[in-house]
Amino acid sequence: MTWKLLFTSSIGKKFTMGLTGLFLISFLIVHCSINAMIFFNDGGETFNHWGHFMGANLIVRTMEIGLFLFLLLHIVQGLMLWSQNNKARPVKYIVKDDNNSSKWYSRSMGLLGTLILIFLVLHLYHFWAPSRFGGMAGIRPLEETTLSTYNNQEVHNLYAEMLLVFQNNLLIVLIYIFGVFSLCWHLIHGFQSAFQTFGINHKRYTPIIKTAGLAYSVIICLLFASMPVAIYLHWIQ
Amino acid sequence: MEHYNMNLTLKVWRQKNNQAAGSLETYQVKDISSEMSFLEMFDVLNDQLIVAGEDPIAFDHDCREGICGQCSMHINGRAHGPWANNTTCQLHMRAFKDGDTIVVEPWRSKAFPVIKDLIVDRSSFDRIIQSGGYISINTGNAVDANSLPIDKKNADDAFMAAACIGCGACVATCVNSSAMLFVSAKVSQLALLPQGQPERQSRVLNMVAQMDKENFGNCTNTYACEAECPKGISVSNIARMNREYLNAGLTTES
Repeated sequence: MTWKLLFTSSIGKKFTMGLTGLFLISFLIVHCSINAMIFFNDGGETFNHWGHFMGANLIVRTMEIGLFLFLLLHIVQGLMLWSQNNKARPVKYIVKDDNNSSKWYSRSMGLLGTLILIFLVLHLYHFWAPSRFGGMAGIRPLEETTLSTYNNQEVHNLYAEMLLVFQNNLLIVLIYIFGVFSLCWHLIHGFQSAFQTFGINHKRYTPIIKTAGLAYSVIICLLFASMPVAIYLHWIQ
Repeated sequence: MEHYNMNLTLKVWRQKNNQAAGSLETYQVKDISSEMSFLEMFDVLNDQLIVAGEDPIAFDHDCREGICGQCSMHINGRAHGPWANNTTCQLHMRAFKDGDTIVVEPWRSKAFPVIKDLIVDRSSFDRIIQSGGYISINTGNAVDANSLPIDKKNADDAFMAAACIGCGACVATCVNSSAMLFVSAKVSQLALLPQGQPERQSRVLNMVAQMDKENFGNCTNTYACEAECPKGISVSNIARMNREYLNAGLTTES
């Protein structure tokens, strides 16, 4: 048994998906918690403070590299699995009644993941790219999104950027809601599926895992979706 | 339950051989008893075809008692038809109404190529078993049964996994054509019993390697396999196989 085989066999590939998936799930908790600071409705004071903490922190910056690597691995592996699984049934059924035996979202992880990926490109373009490479051609100049001073330091005003993106743009808000909606179904299946992949299927623990996964997915996604909506409706200024 | 007769329209997949292109052919059957099994209804149809000088529909069947796993028919979009925990031979015509149209297709999977009409080649399952689904027994006197104590729970779980009849409904119904339920039932059955311990690690590694070679898809944990399995094999077996695989993969040196 080689390390390579351990991760390239059908079960190994699922381990990779589950491990990277759980890491991304933990990332979303941090991402969502900090973003939820906008609901203090203090002109972005608290949100920008924590945004700056994340942006200027060497440990977090290093973890960001890991985040992108794991994200990339999850995406590439996922797309490869999707294509392989598709090839495993070259002649399709003429009649297939799937809904009696499984949930539509558990069968649509590849599709949901692709929708999330498309959303993610837009999302990174809106927030991550201007914050990292403000001077890059084609991306909004940093000056527009920068407060002059914050605790005597130059801080990216990501809060202003959020207002700019969402305040008067219904289409963008709708795209974000759709992206988060896809994410929610992806998480509802992915969360509990990861534990089954690691071999955890237990009379007492599995119901807890499934309930926790459902609660996590719904809470995280409702919070995420409420942000562009709240900004668009001027609930927070 | 009240007996009734019915007239049905059948749309059956006809395919001359492995290379030929197949298609759905429409047949009418009359006065089918609600007490017939689905296969008996097919016998009536084949009789009709033979009398008319046509080629009868080729389909797999053997015991007609729900234990051999041969009757691989995908009926109205579901493996073994509409009833739960059921094989095609145990599906009775009272599941249908007069005037119904029933679509019958073979299992669809790259690993199960169609031989003719509704018969598919499931030897990929045999090759998976050959790769490790056995135990080594040394010849000699049978040992005393009481010398091998087995936990009741393990014995029950092993028995439940051993109920797998290798019909392939899990593969047929899985959106990815994955064979994980079949392989995990075989791995579990032997991993839970003392007789299976000598080859425990090599078994799971070899059987998964063979499964991957046979062009089955990967498991997405939709659990459709468990829902359609005629023997109710649990997906907890898949979790057990994942544990066995991880354990063997991390600790074995060969």
